[in-house]
Formats: sequence, structure tokens, C-alpha cells
Amino acid sequence: MSTDPKTLPGADPHTGNREIDPVTGYDTTGHDWGGIKELNTPFPKVALAALALTVIYSVIAWILLPAWPLGRDYTRGVLGLDQQAMAEARLRNLTDLRAGWLNRFEDPDFAALSDDPALMALAMPAADRLFQDNCSACHGRAGGGGPGFPVLHDTYWLWGGAPQDIALTLQVGINADHPETRWAQMPAFDWMADEELSEVSDYVAAMRSGEADPDGAAATLFAENCAACHGEGGVGGLMNGAPSLVDDAVIYGQDADTVMTTLLNGRQGLMPYWSDRLSDAEINALALYVARMSDAAGSTPSGATE
Amino acid sequence: MLKLHYNLEKLSMGLVGAIIVVASVGGIIEIAPLFTIEETVEIPDDMRPHTPLELAGREIYIREGCYACHSQMVRSLADELDRYGPYSLAAESAWDHPMLWGSKRTGPDLARVGGKYSDDWHVAHLIDPRSVIPVSIMPAYPWLTRDLDTGLIEDKLTTLARLGVPYDDAMIENALADARAQSQPDSDGTEGVRDRYGDDIAVRAFDGDPLRLTEMDALVAYLQSLGTLTDAAQEMLTEDVP
Repeated sequence: MSTDPKTLPGADPHTGNREIDPVTGYDTTGHDWGGIKELNTPFPKVALAALALTVIYSVIAWILLPAWPLGRDYTRGVLGLDQQAMAEARLRNLTDLRAGWLNRFEDPDFAALSDDPALMALAMPAADRLFQDNCSACHGRAGGGGPGFPVLHDTYWLWGGAPQDIALTLQVGINADHPETRWAQMPAFDWMADEELSEVSDYVAAMRSGEADPDGAAATLFAENCAACHGEGGVGGLMNGAPSLVDDAVIYGQDADTVMTTLLNGRQGLMPYWSDRLSDAEINALALYVARMSDAAGSTPSGATE
Repeated sequence: MLKLHYNLEKLSMGLVGAIIVVASVGGIIEIAPLFTIEETVEIPDDMRPHTPLELAGREIYIREGCYACHSQMVRSLADELDRYGPYSLAAESAWDHPMLWGSKRTGPDLARVGGKYSDDWHVAHLIDPRSVIPVSIMPAYPWLTRDLDTGLIEDKLTTLARLGVPYDDAMIENALADARAQSQPDSDGTEGVRDRYGDDIAVRAFDGDPLRLTEMDALVAYLQSLGTLTDAAQEMLTEDVP
């Protein structure tokens, strides 16, 4: 080092003498605040080396990766990496990984599919993921439903509980925007007299327990206005989305107050259609998963909690 | 090199000048692409602006701080494409002022949530999230059932039009009527709002009651519109990943 000692920090500009701190052995900066002096501690070599490395890395990165903006374009980098293309490539890999078992669901031969235990062991946990991500918000994590959202783990169905029926419901939805959606509209009966409404409400509320009076005025009103969709005596099963009114299952509730609300406002529950979001194979796997929920009626499917 | 810095530190104006030069490099790299944004962000032909009702819902979304927990940007990562659908395009939020991409997700991303759930579900979920998702940690927003304040709705459209969102005079003039009509499917105004914003917009009693125009109507209309303003992202992904 041939540095002139007179130019060093803390050095006397004339003699070049520096004041060395007796405790640490470092020289001082020469600043003096009423007797308090500042040590001229050298910058840590490790930090300097790290700084140099980041500079070297950034130069390498400018060359290899997309870096500098050039108005309408940017430097692409030698590697030509593109995050969106990479994501798409990885998505293709994911799809390829699944193709082995998922493609078999493109053929909706549900009996053959569910007879293959090895296939089911792979597909059902995956279908559970799909169910949790897409269906559980309304139908509950174990298919337990809620007011306005039908229970899926029981054996009562509005549009059929066979896998192919469920698959169609998933494809087109109910009262959804799909051109071939399943339509089910409970019209409002607000034109009925208050008295008649309350009679019908009580009648429908009593149907579940079989205590409804079959010869009363309400029974006539029911036969004239409700039976077309809900079936004679309210037994349902017409595959038109109108529920049976004599079984245990309810969607909105079957107490007299809820029935009154239903009669006054009508109901047009909506199930979204999934053909835009999920592939046919995914829908078929989900349909089988949902159908099997009710096969194990009452018991909780593996991996799902209420 | 170190010597240069040492000497520069002793020249205060020189140091200021050097700081400005170094900071400008970072600034220019961030700002320069914005000068050409008109040309680099291509607005798809089928893109529509938000309807006045959806715009009012967006204001409520911002007011309630939904963006603090929900992002509105599907990132270009395979797992995100797998779960949420096509990655978000810059054009999809070109008419959002401010954009609501967000970076933190306590809840799921909402960029493609439009149409995923029913209106009834959104209403139940906003009033009490636990009623539909027992494990949810989202706060409840029961006050959204109050009437929507539409006092500034025309001004909002005017402001956005000035910022480059293609709202024409008819849209601004009919903003209030359109907001009402979109939540009253049986009213006379629905034809007008469909005329102005396209047949694909949802015209429904979002909160279940067509007689009252509530904040719930606006917010649900907004949520149901997310990801439905253009099909460009879907088309791009379908082309690239058949």
C-alpha cells in the first residue's frame, strides 16, 4: 500500500500521524464531538464480498433472464424463459401425470369404473379434492348440505342419484346459465287468499308425519295446484326437481312458516353448471364420488369432516 | 472504486447527484414500460366495462377491505392454473381504477369466482360465513342488506370515463336506471342495460328481493362478474394447453 498517510482518515494533514484507540487498536476518523471520538472500524470483508457477489449475479442474470425494458419490448435473455409458458408446460405435465387414470373416466361406464378397486383408490381421493374445492362451499364438506343447499350423503334425490344423472346435473346445472340446464321453478302462489295459503302451509307441514287431512279443503287446493309437480299426495319422484313432501328430506324447511315463505315468494334454487370449469372426466369422477356418498349413507366419507 | 466513493462522500452536491443517477436507473426500469402500456396491453374485442351496479359493488368491496384477504389475480403458476383456471391477463384489469390484484391471500383468489356459486350462496355467506362454511374465518357482513347509496353513481362513471374506461354518454346518463334494472329482472329497464353492456351480463334479483336495491345486490353482482368481462384468458389457455 503506497497510500500517503496524510490522506488517511483521522490523520494529521501535516504529519500523517493518526490517533490509535488504545482499547480496540483501530484508528479514529478524526471527528471530535467534545472529546467523544469515532472509531474508524473497517467495513466487514464478508459484507463486501456478499455485495460483490450480488453485483456479479445481477450481471449474469441480465444476460440469462428477461431483464431490461426497451420501450415496447424487453431483453429476452439467453435462456429465453417465459413464466407463462413455463406454467402452461407444468400444467401439461400435471395433466399427463393424471391422464393414466383420469382418461378412463371419459367413458361414463360407471359400473366398470367402480368395479376397479385400484382405479378407485387413485380417483376417489382426487375427486374428494375436487369436491372440497368446488362443491363443499354449498353442499358441506361431507355433503351435509344446509338450508337451500341439498344434502348429498343421503338417498333422496331430486334429479336422480345414479352417477350418470349426477354427471348430467354437474354438466348443465340447475336453473343455471347453461343452454340445456335443468329447469325447476317453484312458482309463487301469492295470488292465493291468505286463508288458503295458511291452510296449504299447515297441510304441507303435516304431510311429512302423515297427519295431513286427506279430505280437507287444503287437500283439494294441493291436488289442484301442487300435485302436478310434487306428485299426487306429494310423493314426488317425477324427476322434475320438485321434491317429495312426504319423506324426511327437506331443502328449505317444511315447517308451516317456511312453507308459507316458499308459497309467497316461490323458489328457484340455482346449482351452477361446471362444464366450463371441469373436464368431462373430472365431472364423471365427481359424479361417482357423490353417488358413493349416499351408498355409504349416513357414514362420513374418508378424509371429509362435517 | 472504493476510493471514488470515499472521495464522493466528501462532495455533498456530487453525492446528491450520484444518488439521483443511481435511483433513476431503478425508477426508469419500473416506469419506462408504463409509457407504452397503451400499446403493450391489448384490450380484447369482447371486453366490457363493469355495469353501474357492479361498479357500486366494487366500491363496497373496497370499502369493506375485501382486497386485504382476497387477491384478484391468478398467477402464472401451474398449481394456480389447475385450481383457479387461466392466469390473469393485464387487459382484464385495464379498466380497474385502482386495480385490486392484491398479493396476500387469507381467503382464496377471486379473479374467476363469477358464476362459481349461486347468488343465494353469496348472500348467505356474506351475512354469516359460518352458516355455509363452518370452519370459515371470514368476518360477517350483515349490514350489507341496507339500501344502496346511489348518489354518486353517475359521477363514478364520469370519472372512470375520463380515465379511459369506455363509458359513453348514454351509459353515464342511464347509470342509476341501469343499476336498478339489473337487479329487477322483470322491470322495463332490463332491455336498456343489456343493450348497453351486452347480453352476457347477469340481470337478477341478486339478494332475492327485486323491490329493494341493496348493497348486497351490488356486491353480489360484482362478485358474479369477476372473470366474466372477457373470454380472452380462457381462449389463450385453451389454445396453449389443449
